[in-house]
This record gives sequence, structure tokens and C-alpha cells, in this order.
Amino acid sequence: MTAKITVQSVTKTFALGKDTFTALDQVSLDIADNEFITVVGPSGCGKSTLMNILAGLEEPTAGRALVDGVPVSGPGPERGVIFQQYALFPWLTVRKNVEFGLKTAGVGKAERRERAQHFIDLVGLGDFADALPKMLSGGMRQRCAIARAYAVNPSILLMDEPFGALDALTRVKLQEQLLDTWSQEQRTVLFITHDVDEAVFLANRVIVMAARPGRIYDVVEVDLPYPRSEDFRLSPEFADLRNRVWHSVYHQDGRTAAPVAARP
Amino acid sequence: MAVISDQTARGAKPRDRAGGRTRARAVGLPLLLNAVSVGLGIAVWWALALAGLKLPTPPEVVTQAITLIGNGTLGKDVLASLTRVLIGFALGTAAAVPVGFLMGWYAVVRGLVEPWIQFFRTVPPLAIIPLAIVLMGIGEAPKIFVIFLAAFLACVISTFQGVVNVDRTLINAARVLGAKDAGIFARVVVPASTPFILVGMRVGLGSAWATLVAAELIAAQQGLGFRMQNAQLYYDLPTIFVGLISIGILGLLMDRILLVAERKLTGWQERR
Ligand SMILES: Nc1ncnc2c1ncn2[C@@H]1O[C@H](COP(=O)(O)OP(=O)(O)OP(=O)(O)O)[C@@H](O)[C@H]1O
Ligand SMILES: [Mg+2]
Repeated sequence: MTAKITVQSVTKTFALGKDTFTALDQVSLDIADNEFITVVGPSGCGKSTLMNILAGLEEPTAGRALVDGVPVSGPGPERGVIFQQYALFPWLTVRKNVEFGLKTAGVGKAERRERAQHFIDLVGLGDFADALPKMLSGGMRQRCAIARAYAVNPSILLMDEPFGALDALTRVKLQEQLLDTWSQEQRTVLFITHDVDEAVFLANRVIVMAARPGRIYDVVEVDLPYPRSEDFRLSPEFADLRNRVWHSVYHQDGRTAAPVAARP
Repeated sequence: MAVISDQTARGAKPRDRAGGRTRARAVGLPLLLNAVSVGLGIAVWWALALAGLKLPTPPEVVTQAITLIGNGTLGKDVLASLTRVLIGFALGTAAAVPVGFLMGWYAVVRGLVEPWIQFFRTVPPLAIIPLAIVLMGIGEAPKIFVIFLAAFLACVISTFQGVVNVDRTLINAARVLGAKDAGIFARVVVPASTPFILVGMRVGLGSAWATLVAAELIAAQQGLGFRMQNAQLYYDLPTIFVGLISIGILGLLMDRILLVAERKLTGWQERR
């Protein structure tokens, strides 16, 4: 079976004045169909850059990324993206934001509305369907962005710290919903997070990255069955894996990396 | 889910109410101050007139205004001036918006158009008047042309700025949602640059209005500028005052109308 997503020694450099800055250095990764991958690592290690390359928004300097065996060239509706900065259209209401992708796909008005409503309710924004983004709190904006990505029903979800701005309760709720829809609808997910617990709770595999240059530092298999519940969070297996990932993230190369590394 | 929405609803409402109250207070006081200031200004003017400066008193100006309104002169002048400004402004804006968009979207267009815009921006539109009169005669054409130019230059630059400033992540968001170039343009670039365009229109209208009066001072048979120029020959200070005040009030009115449009169309913006 070929992988759903293949990253072949991808290197990405940015011009930084006269120098070049290596955001990703020879990153290789295979993601199987229906796999749930989480990516953790210190700030600035190239997580978002990797996601942008898979989304088709940036091109690798060297190497290549393939989806279904085809090299990525530009974005496509089969790859849903949730951006770290929400990226809601500020002039559109929550409903119109969620309908945006359906409209480009040519979905008729009635069906558009119905499907949008379903996902708006799913993320708990029912009372704010006709509100503009400026009236929403950070967490509500994030939920709107999630509904917008879910609505087009992509087979691959690329999520950049989608639950970052949420309170603990909403966060746990949405994690469980995400796993629910994932196991029902069979999607391949690449999920970036800063939260080690979240990374282990959700994933088949946790990819730990290191910074300067951005690279894959460790891969932790989470070989534990779904559905995962409250009990799972309290289990000793979870604690073990969590410690291992924690160690990989915060004690890279034996020395302690700063949890939030300054951007150069 | 109910838990989530209840929480957020409770969080949002008091903030709105508080915002409403401060806004009401913030509008009331400055308005009062404005009125006091206008009253004082008129009082000073009156005092200066009485003190022997060569100024007409406010009642003289009011009387003259009533006469000019009564015999229809003021109405005709206002109509002539407004027609010129609105035609020139409408043409200028209509040309500026697409040119600004093209400049922002295509580097080639920007490269070709920008030097001309930068050049004409440094030439005051009034300096074009002699040339325009020689080339287009003394009819309406040269006046409308310079007004057009003034409005165009102000609006094209800010439309261009608007397009250049569209948030990349919004364009990316539209792309990953399947939008192609035309869709991105119509559904992201246009709405995102509307605030810039409207600011450009306001600046353009101001500069169109300023140019109009000057254009009429030089060659016209009608219009507020012409009327004042004519009054100057006869030392008719009250008429000059009526003209000045009309120009001010009309300019202010038009600006307010655009301001209201701006509020309506760009209410989605977060104001800090
Ligand atoms: N367009 C760009 N131009 C120059 N440098 C860039 C650009 N985009 C990213 N970088 C640099 O590449 C590095 C990786 O950035 P990236 O956004 O991928 O980090 P990240 O792992 O997502 O960090 P965070 O956890 O803070 O979101 C950073 O050091 C950043 O400064
Ligand atoms: Mg990031």
C-alpha cells in the first residue's frame, strides 16, 4: 500500500537578509491512509512550514511532497487546512465563512445552509451563526475555523494548533469530537500542537521535531486502541508515552531546549 | 454544546452594553463642544466686523444669502458646481478602482502605470488648468478634466494600497477552500480593500472639490467659484462670504455622506 502522504527529504530555506535560514532540513515522513499524526516541537522548528508545504501554499526548496502518490502543486479541496491564525474572513458572518468552501464547490444554496448549520452546531456556535468574526472571542473564532474546514469534508485535514486558544473544557470536547468524526469518516489527519498530552491522546504516531535546523527528532508510536476516553488519559500506558514525548521535546540532545524558543 | 454557547453568550453581552454606553457619552460631549466653538467663532467674526475691519457682519451675509437664494442665483451656482464635481469625481473613481486593482494584482501593470501616477501626483491639478484650457477650450471639459484627475490620483493610490495590503493568510484560506484567481479576487481582494477604496474616495472628493472652485475662478460663467470671482470685481464681500460658506457646507455634507457609506460598508472591521 502506498502512503497517503509522502514527504521526501524536504528542505525549506528562507532568505534572511544575506544569509539563508533553514526552516526544514531533509525532512522525510510517510503518513498512511487514515492515520492520525500529531506534530510537536519547540516554537520555530518548522511545523507550520511543513504544513504549508503539504497544503500546497509553499514549495519545498529541495525534495518533494506527494499526496496519493502525486506531487503537491497548489492547494486542493481534498486537503482541508486550519490555520494557526484562524484566517476567518472578517466581512463574512460565521455562517458565510463556513459556507465559503461549499460555495466554491458549487453546492446549492439550501444544501449549503444545511451543511453549514450542522458544523456550526457541532462546534457550539449555533447562537452566533449570524455574528461577524469581530464579535467572537479567540476560542470562538478558532471553532468557526474548524467548522469551515470540516464543512468541505476533506479526506486530509491539516490542522495547525487548532485547539490552542480554547479553554480546557472545550478543548477536551473538541478532541473527542475530532476523534469521533475521524474514526467514523476515515480521514488522514496531520495535527500540530504544543500540548504533549493532546499529542499523545489523539495520535497513532507523534512526530517530535527539533529546531535549527528544523528536523524530525523522534517518532513515538502510540500503539493503543481507539476509542480513547477519560480512562485512557489516566492510564499508566498514557503516562509512559507522555513522559517519553515530553522528554523528547524538552530535553533534546541531552540539553534542555527552551520550551518557547525565540524566533531568530 | 449548550454549556459552551451559554458561557460565551454571557461573556459577550455585558461587553457590548458597556461599549454602547461609552460611545453615547463620547458623541454627546464633542458635539456640544463643536456647537460652542462655532458660536464663539461667529461671535469673534462679528466683533471684528464691528471693530472696523473690512468684514461684513453676520446679518449682512445672511441677508445677502437670502437674496441670492430668492433670485435663484445661489441655487444655479450650487447646481453648476455640484454637477461638475460629481461628474469629475464619478469618472475619476470609476477609473481609479480598476486601475488600482490591476496595479496591485499585476506587477507588470504596476511597473507601467506607477511612474505616471507618481509624476502627476507631484503636479497640483491646478497647474494643469492652463494646459487643459488651451487643449480643451473654456467649456465644461477642462474643468471636469482637472477634477477627474484630482479624484483619480487620490483614489488610485489608496485602492492600490488596499490590494497590496490584503492579508496573505486570507488569500491562502480562500485557496485551500478551493477558490481560484477570479474567486479570490471577487470574494477576498475586493471586500478586503473596500476600506482603503472608501478612504481614497473621501480624499478624492476633498481634492475634487478644492480643484473645482479654483477651476471656476479662472474660466466659468456659472458656479460658486465664478460667483466669488465676480463679486471680487465689485467689492461685494457678503457674496464672497456666502460663496465661501456654501462651499464649506457642501464639502462637509458630501464628506459626511461618504463617511456614512464607509461605516455601513466596513462595519466588519475591528476598530481599536
Ligand atoms: N516566510 C518566511 N520568511 C522567513 N522566515 C520564515 C518564513 N516562514 C517561516 N520562517 C521561519 O522558519 C522557521 C519555522 O517557522 P514555522 O512557522 O514553521 O515554525 P513553527 O514550528 O510553526 O513555530 P510555532 O510553534 O511558533 O508556530 C521560523 O524560524 C521562522 O522564523
Ligand atoms: Mg506554527
